[in-house]
Amino acid sequence: MHMADALLSPAVGVTMWAVTAGAAAYSIKKVQEDMDEKKIPLMGVMGAFVFAAQMINFAIPGTGSSGHLGGGMLLAILLGPYAGFLTMASVLLIQALFFADGGLLAFGCNVFNLGFYTCFIAYPFIYKWFTRKGINSKRLLAACLTAAIVALQLGSFSVVVETFLSGKTELPFSTFLLIMQPIHLAIGVVEGLVTASVVTFVWKARPEILETVLRGEALGSVSLKKVLAGFTLGAVLIGGVFSWFASTNPDGLEWSMFKTAGTAELEANDGLHTSLGNLQNQTAILPDYGFKTSGNGENEAAVSKDAEKQSRSFVDAGTSVAGLVGGALTLGLAALSGIAISMVKRRRKKATTEG
Amino acid sequence: MLNIMNSIYDIRLLDDLARRETSIHRLHPLAKLLTTAVYLIVVVSFDRYEISRLLPLFFYPILIFAFAEIPVKPILKRLLWVEPFVIGIGILNPVFDPQMITFAGLEISRGWITFLSIFTKGSLTVIAALLLIAVTGMDKLAEALRMLRVPKVFVLQLLLTYRYISVLMEEVGTTLRAYSLRAPGQKGIQRHVWGSLVGQMFLRTFDRAQRVYQAMILRGFTGEYITGSNSKMRLKDFAFLAGWSLFFIIIRLFDLPMLLGLIVTGVIR
Repeated sequence: MHMADALLSPAVGVTMWAVTAGAAAYSIKKVQEDMDEKKIPLMGVMGAFVFAAQMINFAIPGTGSSGHLGGGMLLAILLGPYAGFLTMASVLLIQALFFADGGLLAFGCNVFNLGFYTCFIAYPFIYKWFTRKGINSKRLLAACLTAAIVALQLGSFSVVVETFLSGKTELPFSTFLLIMQPIHLAIGVVEGLVTASVVTFVWKARPEILETVLRGEALGSVSLKKVLAGFTLGAVLIGGVFSWFASTNPDGLEWSMFKTAGTAELEANDGLHTSLGNLQNQTAILPDYGFKTSGNGENEAAVSKDAEKQSRSFVDAGTSVAGLVGGALTLGLAALSGIAISMVKRRRKKATTEG
Repeated sequence: MLNIMNSIYDIRLLDDLARRETSIHRLHPLAKLLTTAVYLIVVVSFDRYEISRLLPLFFYPILIFAFAEIPVKPILKRLLWVEPFVIGIGILNPVFDPQMITFAGLEISRGWITFLSIFTKGSLTVIAALLLIAVTGMDKLAEALRMLRVPKVFVLQLLLTYRYISVLMEEVGTTLRAYSLRAPGQKGIQRHVWGSLVGQMFLRTFDRAQRVYQAMILRGFTGEYITGSNSKMRLKDFAFLAGWSLFFIIIRLFDLPMLLGLIVTGVIR
């Protein structure tokens, strides 16, 4: 499943970008060290292949429904972990740009969820373990199936964690987890079965493709130590960024609107605001928040912080009218400016074609 | 089947749009990329109960649509296509946060507020990403990535993937059409041919990649993708980036719709 921008907080989005960029930089280094640029066209064309193969409907026996291929596991097996990771990243970038599948800010999350686990966890520790004594069809099936299931479970778990840490939805962590994991178990089984069929076919037709990858020749192998080191670095980075956000903002990850709204109110000490503030005091339905304290600058911060704890309600009745009017006007202005520019452009174009 | 044809159409449409010549298209790709990045961060940085303060952010896509002469309909169609995921997760908010608040005389649960906030953010971010590619194009975006010191291995790989997507999608489309003509009335590819169908396509692709590489070597490929243009950021590119960034930051710091509303309602009263 692709993570969306709307569910992310900047802290989580930027951190995952950093982690993904680190993994990508390391992969690029390995790819450049271990192989010539001959692999670059292969990676490019394979990325396009996975992109297209994702659109094939696979009939799932006995259910009447159909499933799709994600392709992360297939890329890791056929290209090796480093080239596979980079290829997956470019596939996801093109999806984000042209199809808005997963946003640009969520790109880091998506590459991590769909590329990192397949290439750097499932491939080296599961797929390679199953095929360590050589390849046959049964081993390939077991290897692909287990690897795909584990990778997708880890990936969907990450989606839940990223969503939870971003704090944009009300979904309780456990509920979201209970929805996501079983769905991705089913998806993982389909992914594993399709991957196994394709890999088995390729192995029977052109065994040398799989064997050169498995031997780690020209493509490199993943060492446990380096993966662990990478994970530790990621954890430190995530921990550091999150604790920084937590300490600058008592309310955790969210950028409290009260802080900014509070300073905006403090500056607004002119007559209009004071009289409006008084009006709102009279009409306030949720008296513990709003402009009620705006005349009293000193304990404003304390009160608003208090109010933030007591009530997360975002607006009171007095300001809501102004908010509605202002919001509608803003949208109207934006739309009008767009229409006006288009009209001017059209007229100018007409003038040039006629003249 | 239809899906594949639609996707090829979508990519070509965005490609065509990116080839237009407007003031926005002529801007430096790096300026547009960085502006989009600032925009996305500002959009998602708003609190989950925020709706009205997100509204001034509509100015950016609307003005880009207008100045770059991008048709609104296909972009909105694409938006509808991806919105179900965001809606699917957001729609549960009213269930989990049923606490009622009064908003302009209306009783509404806070869950609906957060849902609307997520929906608005989803629309803004999706449109911004699609607009970026519609006014920039893949080659120029790659140029901007190179200027940001993204390693050439990745950029080259990205461009090659992009180049070959339509080729391979047509191939997959042809294969699927051939399959469906021989297996009428089936919902998808049957289990016993999963491996051979995709595997055959993979092998053809693998060989094609080798031919591509040989052809590239014969034409003097040394590992660098040369686009021919290597422009520098000019004053107006910096102005575009700085102007919009400043606008986004002001939106982030001040509640513009509320100020506007206060002025208007204040005048009326």
